[in-house]
Amino acid sequence: MAGTVAARWQGESLAERYESSTATREPALVKWSIIAVSLTFFAVFLLLPLAAVFTEALRKGWDVYFAALAEPDALSAVRLTLLAAAIAVPLNLVFGVAAAWAIAKFQFRGKQLLITLIDLPFSVSPVIAGLIYVLIFGLQGWCGPWLQEHDIKVLFAVPGIVLATIFVTFPFVARELIPLMEAQGKEEEEAAIVLGASGWLTFWHVTLPNIKWGLIYGVILCNARAMGEFGAVSVVSGHIRGLTNTLPLHVEILYNEYQFAAAFAVASLLALLALLTLAVKTFVEWQASRHFED
Amino acid sequence: MSVASATSVASPRRVLPGFNLTLGYTLVYLSLLVLIPLAAVFIKTASLSLDQFWAVISSPRVVASYKLSFGASLLAAAINVVFGLLLAWSLVRYRFPGKGLVDSLVDLPFALPTAVAGIALTAIYSANGWVGRIIEPHGIKIAFTPLGVLVALIFIGLPFVVRTVQPILQDLEKELEEASASLGASRWQTFRFVVFPALLPALLTGFALAFARAVGEYGSVIFIAGNMPMVSEITPLMIITKLEQYDYVGATAIAVVMLLASFVLLFAINMLQGWTARRSGRDR
Repeated sequence: MAGTVAARWQGESLAERYESSTATREPALVKWSIIAVSLTFFAVFLLLPLAAVFTEALRKGWDVYFAALAEPDALSAVRLTLLAAAIAVPLNLVFGVAAAWAIAKFQFRGKQLLITLIDLPFSVSPVIAGLIYVLIFGLQGWCGPWLQEHDIKVLFAVPGIVLATIFVTFPFVARELIPLMEAQGKEEEEAAIVLGASGWLTFWHVTLPNIKWGLIYGVILCNARAMGEFGAVSVVSGHIRGLTNTLPLHVEILYNEYQFAAAFAVASLLALLALLTLAVKTFVEWQASRHFED
Repeated sequence: MSVASATSVASPRRVLPGFNLTLGYTLVYLSLLVLIPLAAVFIKTASLSLDQFWAVISSPRVVASYKLSFGASLLAAAINVVFGLLLAWSLVRYRFPGKGLVDSLVDLPFALPTAVAGIALTAIYSANGWVGRIIEPHGIKIAFTPLGVLVALIFIGLPFVVRTVQPILQDLEKELEEASASLGASRWQTFRFVVFPALLPALLTGFALAFARAVGEYGSVIFIAGNMPMVSEITPLMIITKLEQYDYVGATAIAVVMLLASFVLLFAINMLQGWTARRSGRDR
């Protein structure tokens, strides 16, 4: 799905080729009807919500907007969101590179099963992602009594939020790198090793430049999800204001308190993050396609 | 990578280093963070007798939530297949102003946090929202009804269909359609008998991906759903409700049902993706 980083930028010349031949183009009426219907659908279901976030956020003016963002609870939510992403993303990055190295560069039994298991967190409901850590670290859970004895808080505290975030963003980097590194083969690395480079040097100077764009792509998607996760984090956070609220949870609290302008102001921060993510993603796809054409 | 190449490559010496380290790390990390926690769900449920388990997962309120979650997800995925195909077709086959921007923004539901989508959709479709204001006088209510659930699920599912169909549509051979036209087929016949069969596996994969995501979706739905028992409660919300009542076993039992459904879907998606790859001649 998102794995074909380079493919989409060939689109423009392709459309021209199809439109230039009578055999492969539709009548103008059909063409513009299809465009009109699909763009209307796109506008109603995707653009409208995006526009609504910013309109609602600014409904009561810039003063209310900035006040909502400068509020101590909002700031602590920003800090916690950044902290959770700063832990979860690097961990999943290291995991993704390790998993892709093992899977793409070597043959072993059960490889396909391993790939499926790595993808598993994507098909699990975020609510269940939170629930599993409640079952393990909750008071009635496996580790609950022991944790309480030693006065360690995981659930309704930062570690629980970080764990849930790691779970929901688990496959992002790995699933981007595995097909990419499989396609690239291992000849270049083998040549480097045979010529006497160490494994680490080989990875750093041969593999990394080749997977650079795929890596960045995986990391930005991972980061967007890490900062925006709601369901899983909601289950494990306990919603303690100023302590265990991430930005999405802060949005929910404000919304449920009917502070709509403030809720949408905080939400607009997350929407900006989403737009930034899409911009970087588009740039990376463009870079990767240039690399691809060379 | 076939089995044959696997056996021939498994030579006594591996040139590249790091196999044991990276595979070992992968397995430990995967087990600690994903597999063991997921196993907890099944182990916890094993403390229930079969009758108790059945009583939890077949209580009327929970069954109503399955109907809504699975029904709305199916419908949303079906709607996304139709419009996702049209959108993918427009993006691949036509030139129009703003195309690059549309192409980038299709992924918005992947990037926009679900809670943000949830409150934005609620604002649009409630009585005084941009859309609600127009349609409520006609007696159609979307926010706080099952229709609202459907709208949210359409939102989050669309990119799955577009991004699955788009690359396949791009890789189709133009010559096939030209041959079909030169043999006298109309444009519609060419689409129906040449293009559509080639796209079918991708469409089904997109459908399954959108459906799987929709069944488990929580954040974008709960704000707009209204969450009335028996009417507009989705299954993930039932898990949350049980958890809030400290009914861990009940929550876990419902989670087992959802996990099993996810596993079946994951299996189906794997099969479909294999079919797509074979049909389009792409080797994974």
